[in-house]
Parts: sequence; C-alpha cells; structure tokens
Amino acid sequence: MLSLETDVLVIGGGMAAAWAAIGAAREGASVTLVDKGYVGTSGVTATAGPGHWFVPPDAEKRAAAIAQREAIAFGLGETDWMARIIDQTYTTLPTLAPFYKFCVNDAGQTVYGAVRGPEYMRALRQMTESLGVRILDHSPALELLRHADGAVAGAQGYRRQAGEAWTIRAGGVVLATGGCAFYSRLLGSQTNTGDGYLMASEAGAELSGMEFSSHYTIAPAFSTMARGMSYAYATYYGADKKPLDLPKQTGRNRALARAMLEGPVYCDLGLMPQDIRERLPTISPNVLPPFERRGINPFTDKFPVTLLAEGTIRGMGGIKIIDQDCQTDVPGLYAAGDAASRERVTGAISGGGSVNSAWALSSGTWAGRAAARRARAQGIGSDRAAEAIGRAGLRPRRAAPLDAMEIIKVARNEAIHYDRNYFRTEQKLNRSLSLLDGLWQTVNASLQGEGVHAVRAREAAAIVATARWSFTAALNRRESRGMHARIDFPEQNAAYEHRQTLSGIDNIRSSFEQIVAERGLVA
Amino acid sequence: MIELLLEDRCTQCNACVAACPTNVFDAVPGGVPTIARQSDCQTCYMCELYCPADALFVGSDCDHPEPVDPAAVIASGQLGRIRRDSGWGEWADDPRYQNQMWYMGEVFKRARVFE
Repeated sequence: MLSLETDVLVIGGGMAAAWAAIGAAREGASVTLVDKGYVGTSGVTATAGPGHWFVPPDAEKRAAAIAQREAIAFGLGETDWMARIIDQTYTTLPTLAPFYKFCVNDAGQTVYGAVRGPEYMRALRQMTESLGVRILDHSPALELLRHADGAVAGAQGYRRQAGEAWTIRAGGVVLATGGCAFYSRLLGSQTNTGDGYLMASEAGAELSGMEFSSHYTIAPAFSTMARGMSYAYATYYGADKKPLDLPKQTGRNRALARAMLEGPVYCDLGLMPQDIRERLPTISPNVLPPFERRGINPFTDKFPVTLLAEGTIRGMGGIKIIDQDCQTDVPGLYAAGDAASRERVTGAISGGGSVNSAWALSSGTWAGRAAARRARAQGIGSDRAAEAIGRAGLRPRRAAPLDAMEIIKVARNEAIHYDRNYFRTEQKLNRSLSLLDGLWQTVNASLQGEGVHAVRAREAAAIVATARWSFTAALNRRESRGMHARIDFPEQNAAYEHRQTLSGIDNIRSSFEQIVAERGLVA
Repeated sequence: MIELLLEDRCTQCNACVAACPTNVFDAVPGGVPTIARQSDCQTCYMCELYCPADALFVGSDCDHPEPVDPAAVIASGQLGRIRRDSGWGEWADDPRYQNQMWYMGEVFKRARVFE
C-alpha cells in the first residue's frame, strides 16, 4: 500500500488535470496527480487537435466573440464566464512555450490557439514535472475519502502496474476525470467513463446539464478516428451509393443518424483540394493510417461511416460548480474540464473544439489554484479521521459473480443508441430508464471488483449511473433546446430556460432553478 | 487494435508499457513486452507514436482483432509513419515533417465554399 500526503490531489491525466496541477504548483502547493492511464496519452485531448478559444485583448474582438457564442447558447450561457475563459486562456496558454513549439503560419506569425494533441499533452507533462508535481501514472482513483464534517479528505485507488493500493490525504482535491463516452469507441475516450461524476455524487455533490449529452461525431465505420476536419469535404451516400440530400451544417449529423437507422451510409472526401490532401499528414498524422491500413483511398473510395457518441465529452453536462474557483458544493472538492458542467460557457450546444479547450485550461487553472489556497489555509487534515465513501462496485450488500464488461455493454447500448438518445421521446426514455434502473440495482447490490478488477467494476458502476443521470435529465426537460432534442416536445419552451440540477445516485432528484420535479413529474 | 510487436525491432525500452493509456502491454524482465490485454486496446495509435524503434503496428478495426502478416506490414511502409509525420525523434528537425496544426483553421475556411 502506497500512502501519501499532499496539499493538492489532482485526479485525472488530460489537459484539465495538467493545468490544475500547474495552477496549484504555481501557487506554491505540493501537488500529486493520479491518472488511470498515462499523462501524455490519456484522454481525448491527446489524440486530437485541440483548438483553443484564443482572442487577443481587443475589447471589440472579444465582445464580438462572446456575442457570437451567446447567440448560440440557447439562453443557458453566461457572458462573464465566457470573458473569464478567454482572458485566462490568452494569458496562460503561451506560458507553455518552453515545452511546446507553437506553430508559425505561412505569414510568419506564431499561432497559439491551435495545438496538436500528442505534443500538447507531452509538453503539459514536462511542464507539470518541471514544477515538482508528483505524477502517478496507471493509478486510477476508485473513491474519495471524507471527513466527519463532510469535507473531502483525499482519495484511494489502485496502481495497476505496481499491483498495490494507494491512499492519499490532501487539503484539496480536483476532479479532472473527463466526461463519459460510455465506451463508445470515440477516439481516446476509453478511460473517460464518468468516474468523477460517481465519486463526486457519493460525496454529495450535484450534477448539472446531464441532458446535454447527445452529441455525435462522424468516423469511418470500422474505426475510432473521430477527427472532424476532413469531413468538411465529405460527400455522403446511401445504401444505393447515391448522394444523400443533407442539411449543410446544423442538423447534418442528425440527418445522417436518421439515414443510418435505415441502412448503411457511405462517404468520400473527394472535395478536398489536392494541396490539403498532401498537407494532411502533418496537420493530423493519425487521420490517414486507418484508411491506408484497410486499403481505402478516402478521396476516391466510398467508405462506410458511423457516428460515435461523445456523451458528456462534446456534450456539456457534469459536476455542478458553485463559484469562480470551480468548487463543487462539497467543501474541498473542485471540478475541472469535462468532469465539470460547461453550460456556463457554452450553454445548450457543444463546446467541442475551442470553447471546451479554453474551459479545460481555465477551470483547471482556477480549481488547482483554489485547492492550493484551501490547503494552505486549512492544512491537509491528516490528523483527523477520514472515511472511504465509495459504494457501487466496491462495497455491495451481497457480492455476486457479475461480469463488469457485460454490464458496460448493456448500458452502452442504451446510452449511445441513435434512436433512443438522438431522437428522444418520453416513451423511449422511460423504456431505457427502466432497463438502466434494473441494471443499477444489480450493480449496487452485487457488483464487486477486488484489486485491479475494482477499476473495471467502478467503470461499470459509473457508466450505468451516468446513463441514468443523462436520461433522467432528458426526461425532465420537456422541450427541445440545443443538442437536447425531444421528438414529443420539438419546440423550445421559455419556462425551461434554466439549468437542471441532479442529486443522488439511487434516487435521482431533479430541480430546475424555478421548476422542481421528480423524474417524469414536472410541475 | 494493436496487432503486432516486432520482437527483432524492439529494444525493450518499455515506452509502450508506460505510454499505453489502457494498460495493454506487460513488461517482461529481460525480454520484449507482451500484448497482454489486446481487447483493452482503444485503437488510439499512441503506442506507435511513443515507440522509438517503430516496432508496433495497430490495425484499423477497433472492435475485432485482425491478425496481420508481419512481412506484409513491414512492406506496407506503415511502421513508424505516424511518428515520422508527427516529427518525433530523428524527424524533429526535418522540414518535411514540421507540425502544421495551425492550418486546421484554413482547412475549415476553405471548405465554406461547399456549404
């Protein structure tokens, strides 16, 4: 058993976690970062090209950028938060320069906003290490520790390569565990299983915006490769290989999903100009190899495509934050990146790409800094007793032999299914929830993983719980708004221009700021 | 999914063991790592990028194993392609493989004519 004390514990290993560790270390705190995988390759940033919302400090330009996003936030965004992340990103991202070679464009200007995932995460690891942060790779957190007064005291987990448990006491804990893609095969998302939502909820934290979890990204049908850029030059075809008549931008993926429910959909990238084709490998080196290894020329051949579920990755539900420090409503517990709700900065539509990256950088920086200040003010508190509070998957009432992977597959099938999730109705949501409720009861009562198997058991519990939160929130929002589309309530309804908060795991309670509801019983 | 670890190229540096975010490989004392949990592979290609010996090959199918012929893989030119195009290791200063990520914005802009 590895036992440590640290001012700040960061749980997660993607960009938000790294920026949180950097933020805390710059504040003078001792920092330990634990990740399920490896800081550098873990999470959806590492495999992508994370553009950042990067706007120079010119009042007119910033006002225009914010106005543009506010107009598409469907009434749920907050312009002061948008301004905060633009400012934080503009100030902080260039500080990575000693470790990241920012691109210089054809005009000779340095471009800061657009970075490439693997190099960005490699640089963030190097910067994190240079500040003295202790990194424990392959050391997933399994549960939080809590003081008698309700404040978070640290966490416990398992070092899967060293084969031993770890327990870490901390004065502040940042959850930067990413969103949940339900094992959808979305590129880089396999470690993003909603673990942070489950741990936070067990500590008593609330969630917000979980209904905004129905974004999908196009990819070759056999592949994980959800890299959207090339599909700006896509032509799509139906089963008869004749071009599909699709909306140009808004609603195109939804139309593709509808077509995929009917039969196979094919695509080629034939509209891409020759010079971009030649440049593509040095823009996004991972895009072409999956085609080439299958003998497909994506510019001339029609290849089958699928839509990969983004869950709360390009969706924006997550742990509710209550103040500018990204504190949750549990003392000592902070949330950053996709683990936190991003409604404040992106409203009811996806923050995919630039807004989400600016949010991850900013919320990580703020959460890390605030956790460091809390640890300095209140100490680590390791002289006080702390209780391990993880339940499902760890401490069942009566353990029974269950296959965690089979549970994940059942929950995944409900959570990512186009018909159930993209085209929501009360009937379909209730049917899925009935199945998921039963699955949760089984998981809660009987699933138990020991040693390294606890990791998969907790993933299963978190995926089932996240699917229930997502569909419960979707059921309660009896309107369509942004990415949340209800076939039975196709119009936006001003009465719902509020964020929806969820609390509880076994019994999920939902409240809008003005509308209070139990599942399915909206006042 | 990960399909191949070419033992005669592998230098036993275990970079793949460390870098794989889903812990697919096991280190073997005095030997080359093994692909211990192929079904946990998330087809992210990160191991190829982190392998300085270009000894790893990830197939294109993310759901099912597709066994490959090592000789055909070597002949395909795919080994080390991602690492080279990324400008890592010995390719870092090669002007042909500099990071062109900044051009993403232009790619989207130029596509607007099709909307």
